Amino acid sequence: MLLNQFLILSAVLFGCGIYGVLTRKHTVLVLMSVELMLAAVNINLVAFGAYNGNVAGQVFALFVLTIAAAEVGVGLAIVLLIYRNLRSADLDDVDVMKG
Amino acid sequence: MVAQNVAFGIIAAAMIASAIGVVTTKNVVHAALFLVVVLAGGAGQFILLGQEFVAWVQVLVYIGAVIVLFLFGIMLTRAPMHPRESLDNDLKWPGLVVSVFLVGILSALMIDAFDDTEIELEAPTRTAEVSSELFRTYIIPFEVVGILLLAALIGAVVLARKD
Repeated sequence: MLLNQFLILSAVLFGCGIYGVLTRKHTVLVLMSVELMLAAVNINLVAFGAYNGNVAGQVFALFVLTIAAAEVGVGLAIVLLIYRNLRSADLDDVDVMKG
Repeated sequence: MVAQNVAFGIIAAAMIASAIGVVTTKNVVHAALFLVVVLAGGAGQFILLGQEFVAWVQVLVYIGAVIVLFLFGIMLTRAPMHPRESLDNDLKWPGLVVSVFLVGILSALMIDAFDDTEIELEAPTRTAEVSSELFRTYIIPFEVVGILLLAALIGAVVLARKD
């Protein structure tokens, strides 16, 4: 297996994540796109770990997984607060700071 | 090696199709289910690379916990299941240009840097190796990540409770 096939797969997934973050209106969908980007990074880490023949890639992928879980927890709590205060979870409605 | 490449191709095609589904579907629950396919495909790629432990952690943490959290979030925010209006804002074309440009640059860089580099797999990595590395070399980052997770969970509870 080439190293490149994993790296390019991960780049494509990351691009999908960027597109989702830029174009989605619903907050939960934006969080899902961020998860997509984190999963892409994990593939990169594990592919380089397998290429180097050590377990550092796996260990760092585990750290990224933990951070992703923490991020989703706090992110969804914030989404709930936005929904409770604005009666809507659309990012376009969160424009209090707009001049 | 050929079998591995065929498996890689099938899983990668499913992953890319589902990733596009996550960012384009009009139903929020479908987006969460597409995300399950992407993450399960990622676990499959990890197994292809012989890194079993992280594959199963991915299945447990992502598919078991994170997706359930997402489904709760969808339920609690009463997300539109049959939306009349679009779920996208009007940045569709700029977003497409940015992401295609990014993928192009990244792929060109990867092809330039690791043109024909092969991954030589001798044997799957044993979980014992992972844990001994985790608890010897990376013990301090491990503890820090544990405290971060605790802080994030307490923060989530404090943010979300009704007072």
